[in-house]
Amino acid sequence: MGYDEFRREGGKMKEYAYFLGCITPNRYPGIEASTIKVLKRFGIETRDLNGASCCPAPGVFGSFDLNTWLLIAARNVTLADMIGLDIYVTCNGCYGSLQEADHLLKERPELKEWVNEILSDEGLEYKGRIKVKHIIEVLYEDIGVDKIKDAVVSPINAKIGAHYGCHFLKPSLVRGHGSPEKPTILDELIEATCAESIDYKDKLMCCGAGGGLRSRDLNTSLEFTRQKIANMKDAGIEASVDTCAFCHLQMDRGQIEIKEKFGEEYNLPILFITQLIGLSFGFSTKELGLDKHSIPMTEKFIR
Amino acid sequence: MSLLSEIEECGEVIGKDTIDSFLACMQCGKCTGSCPSGRVTSYRTRRVINRLQAGDRSVLADPNLWMCTTCYTCYERCPREVRITDIIRAVRNLAAKEGYMSKSHRATASYVIKTGHAVPINDETKKLRKELGLSEVPPTTHKFPKALESIRKIIKKTNFDKLVGFDWDTMSLEERGEK
Ligand code: SF4
Ligand code: SF4
Repeated sequence: MGYDEFRREGGKMKEYAYFLGCITPNRYPGIEASTIKVLKRFGIETRDLNGASCCPAPGVFGSFDLNTWLLIAARNVTLADMIGLDIYVTCNGCYGSLQEADHLLKERPELKEWVNEILSDEGLEYKGRIKVKHIIEVLYEDIGVDKIKDAVVSPINAKIGAHYGCHFLKPSLVRGHGSPEKPTILDELIEATCAESIDYKDKLMCCGAGGGLRSRDLNTSLEFTRQKIANMKDAGIEASVDTCAFCHLQMDRGQIEIKEKFGEEYNLPILFITQLIGLSFGFSTKELGLDKHSIPMTEKFIR
Repeated sequence: MSLLSEIEECGEVIGKDTIDSFLACMQCGKCTGSCPSGRVTSYRTRRVINRLQAGDRSVLADPNLWMCTTCYTCYERCPREVRITDIIRAVRNLAAKEGYMSKSHRATASYVIKTGHAVPINDETKKLRKELGLSEVPPTTHKFPKALESIRKIIKKTNFDKLVGFDWDTMSLEERGEK
């Protein structure tokens, strides 16, 4: 959609601040490049969020010290608040931290006061004027499945296993996207590229990376991943598509670790949702960073 | 101080009501039945809640406490609306205060103190970023030293550096036996 059409539909070009987090920019920059490219197709501009840090991971830093977790998360939200832009994220962990921090600060004035007292050292003030969004919300609500369908030039003809991850939908009380038991939002986005989203055993199960389990006990963490990937393979799935940079790392690089530790080889390509959409829009495998994944893309995902 | 009030204190930012919700647990076991970790480890969610209700401090030293991935499945399904995952986070805060923080977790925390990122950039990714048309270094604390200073200030203010055992002189972790 061009700029003129955007204006006709209600005014201003949408602009977002991209909160990068850690894994996206520092391990899977292909996710970053793909996301910026896909949004640009619809006239949505991405701005840097200068000086942002680790979100910090909700289940890791939240497990060590909730005070530090909240302050650092609030600082990240406030950086966007200061420039008046809504945030989007490409990691469920980042979403978990920033969205929950924003929710807490909006609900509890005493926390806001405490946070602002500390952030004032840096000349920052949280006012609560902006929204923290997951990239899935931007794709689904700002753009919409139909417009994505219309923009497909290179249909994906493959069976896909959707991996939602945990912190995009849960806790539903805080996230506010409805029941997490039977979500369809990611499946709909996958099918917009002409691919088929296939059901598989324990589809909503966790990837195993969160809560500090990956760093504390890699074998246990990989056992979750192994089960998920084996279940997808059993269902005839040809690639998995995810919504979270950390799940992405766990399922992509994790397959190499599974091979080393358990001697099992799955070779299931892992794509972030904007990488899948990017392919269907005619971007090359290389432009989307897919050629640099631990698990190589199979023919259907090479353009 | 009772175990309950210590956990409430650790979980202050997520709220007293959230923490206290475990008092309503009726031991039905739905949480354990939902738990992906319980399938592959000896961690039993219901047991943790049970021990908290009994004021049993040994739960703090139990390595199983760290087997939860914070997936929130139990939290969503609990018929008594026990905010299990949040309670686990607060209990872990108390365990960390008592020194039950693994070396690997202290290392993860130290990366944030050193770089602002739990997973810092490396040369391979810098190269890839350039190839993808992105800035070689992301516009984060990696690029803005002042922003990193702000993170460190916060960390000193909350004594997170002491919790983790971070030595500012050597910019590395203090030697500490693992409990
Ligand atoms: S599901 Fe809720 S009520 Fe049932 S045992 Fe677990 S915490 Fe208690
Ligand atoms: S949040 Fe933790 S305890 Fe609850 S089901 Fe998930 S892994 Fe198990």
